[in-house]
Amino acid sequence: MDKVLLDVRHISHRFGSVLAVNDVSFQIKRGEIFGLVGESGSGKSTLARLIMSIYRPTVGSILFDGIDLGDKKQLLQHRAMLQSARQLIFQDSASSLDPRWRVCDIIAEPMRLHKIKPPRGSYRAEAAFQLRYVGLDPSYLDKYPAELSGGMRQRVAIARALTMEPQLLVADEPVASLDSPIRAQILNLFAHLQKEHGFTFLLIAHDLDVVRYLSDRIGVMYRGSLVELAPAAELFSAPLHPYTKALLSAIPVPDPSRQKKRPPVQAVYRTAGRWTRINDEHFVREAEA
Amino acid sequence: MKELLQIAGLSVSFDTPRGEVEAVRDVSLSVKAGEILALVGESGSGKSVLCKSIMKLLPRNGRIKAGHILANGAEITAYRERELQKLRGSFFSMVFQDPMTSLNPTIPIGKQIAEAIRLHTPQSKKEEIHHRVLELMRQVGIDRPELRERQYPYHLSGGMRQRCVIAIALASAPRLLIADEPTSSLDVTVQAQILELLNKVRRETGTAILLVSHDLGAVAQTADRVAVMYAGKIVEIGTAEEIFHDPRHPYTWGLLLSLPAFARKDQPLFTLSGMPPTLLSPPQGDAFAPRNRYALGIDYREMPPMFRVSDTHYAATWLLDPRAPAVTPPVGGEDIG
Repeated sequence: MDKVLLDVRHISHRFGSVLAVNDVSFQIKRGEIFGLVGESGSGKSTLARLIMSIYRPTVGSILFDGIDLGDKKQLLQHRAMLQSARQLIFQDSASSLDPRWRVCDIIAEPMRLHKIKPPRGSYRAEAAFQLRYVGLDPSYLDKYPAELSGGMRQRVAIARALTMEPQLLVADEPVASLDSPIRAQILNLFAHLQKEHGFTFLLIAHDLDVVRYLSDRIGVMYRGSLVELAPAAELFSAPLHPYTKALLSAIPVPDPSRQKKRPPVQAVYRTAGRWTRINDEHFVREAEA
Repeated sequence: MKELLQIAGLSVSFDTPRGEVEAVRDVSLSVKAGEILALVGESGSGKSVLCKSIMKLLPRNGRIKAGHILANGAEITAYRERELQKLRGSFFSMVFQDPMTSLNPTIPIGKQIAEAIRLHTPQSKKEEIHHRVLELMRQVGIDRPELRERQYPYHLSGGMRQRCVIAIALASAPRLLIADEPTSSLDVTVQAQILELLNKVRRETGTAILLVSHDLGAVAQTADRVAVMYAGKIVEIGTAEEIFHDPRHPYTWGLLLSLPAFARKDQPLFTLSGMPPTLLSPPQGDAFAPRNRYALGIDYREMPPMFRVSDTHYAATWLLDPRAPAVTPPVGGEDIG
């Protein structure tokens, strides 16, 4: 099997006059958590939607497991596989779960849609299995989303995605709306899913602590461009692009005595520079073109 | 420093079809002139209800069951709506979480700020108001105010909108600004800017700020003092240094440890087991006991009082009782972060 699961090659996406994604290239390897950070409007979510084939890139191509998502013929041929192999987890589980459905039906819906015969006998048994898998008691099967806390709802959304046995999980701000103790639970669950079960993740977040904790490699987006790409530890210890540096210094340090060391993040950075290789894993868009 | 706002023994309940929900239980705290006090807790801990009861913005089924609220020394607990109207704005103003819903999408922002000024100083002339609008916009860091004032909220980014909301709140020169989760819908970089702005506002105008947040990590560099709320009660209060370097309540330990900033990459994050209790019928004893790995027998029977750690630092945990066994805090000390 190919080591690279997702290969994004020079894609750009334009909404009217706005270039939301500008010549972005990166690869995601099987079994890794790839983090994507950047402020809102930097094109992170557009990129996620391009990868999910919700939008088609204006320029460039995306290869998923060797299949060119831009090629209509290949897309149609592998449609069923592509739809189950890529799953999206949204930020706001309150609005991504139907409030009038029970947890059991919510989790079973993708299986019903794809006419998948539940491997554990019934849809209910399958839903119970997935619920236990994400650390929720099966007694929640007959509850409605409104009866669950934010963290529980997010687990249900994850369980629903897992029923498709996806190869790639795209999580768009999965913990942004959660309190810190609950956030910690969901982050632990992601780490567990990667380490114990080998899932591949594209993790999109604006919280750098979250991304650093989970990701193997991190891409930094700024105004539609990928400005830096590096292994997580290296990005935090040796950031190169001025925007990455500013972003890192904006992380709130939970320590009151570190006050006033933080430089302002207001400048506008250049994104036009050349994509430069620092080492095998570390790339940066040169600020001085 | 003078005490601007004093809350003593405040209890707030909601009457619901399923019974009485005790959202705020016997809370006492004070905000001094010119300070930033952060109120931190999980959702459902009663932070927002506490803020709304200070400004008397509770929904109809909410009522203040006991306690006193003193604004500038005057008891306002029994104030009628008309008397409160005078206080809102002139004494306290509120900044809400989501700047998109607290601004009117059909009115240019300059007009919205002008409206707030006119409400509080009805006798001002048009030019005076306009001058003040531009001044406020500059104060909250909106560049080119002459151009921006004609723009609508949808023209602006989330951070810019939140700046407008803060400008509106400051229009009446309040003594106390209550900011309910002002940064939780914003990015880290913008979040840092808004917190810095609040700090600047405090420095320049001397306005005290009650900063509500669910993120303990975010308030560390802004707050002078921090109050931690759990299940409708304040479980620990102290200066920011005391809370982050010498926390005493196991719940505060849990909050700090669950921050990814404290985590090692190869180790799972600390999580608090269980859920906050429902406040429909709060448990006897310490509400945190079932989730507390350091819980003592007495925690399940009797509510801990506020123990004094220093003149500024108090915590409600039986671990501070002289008879309690010694526990080494899992977090704290000088070298965090």
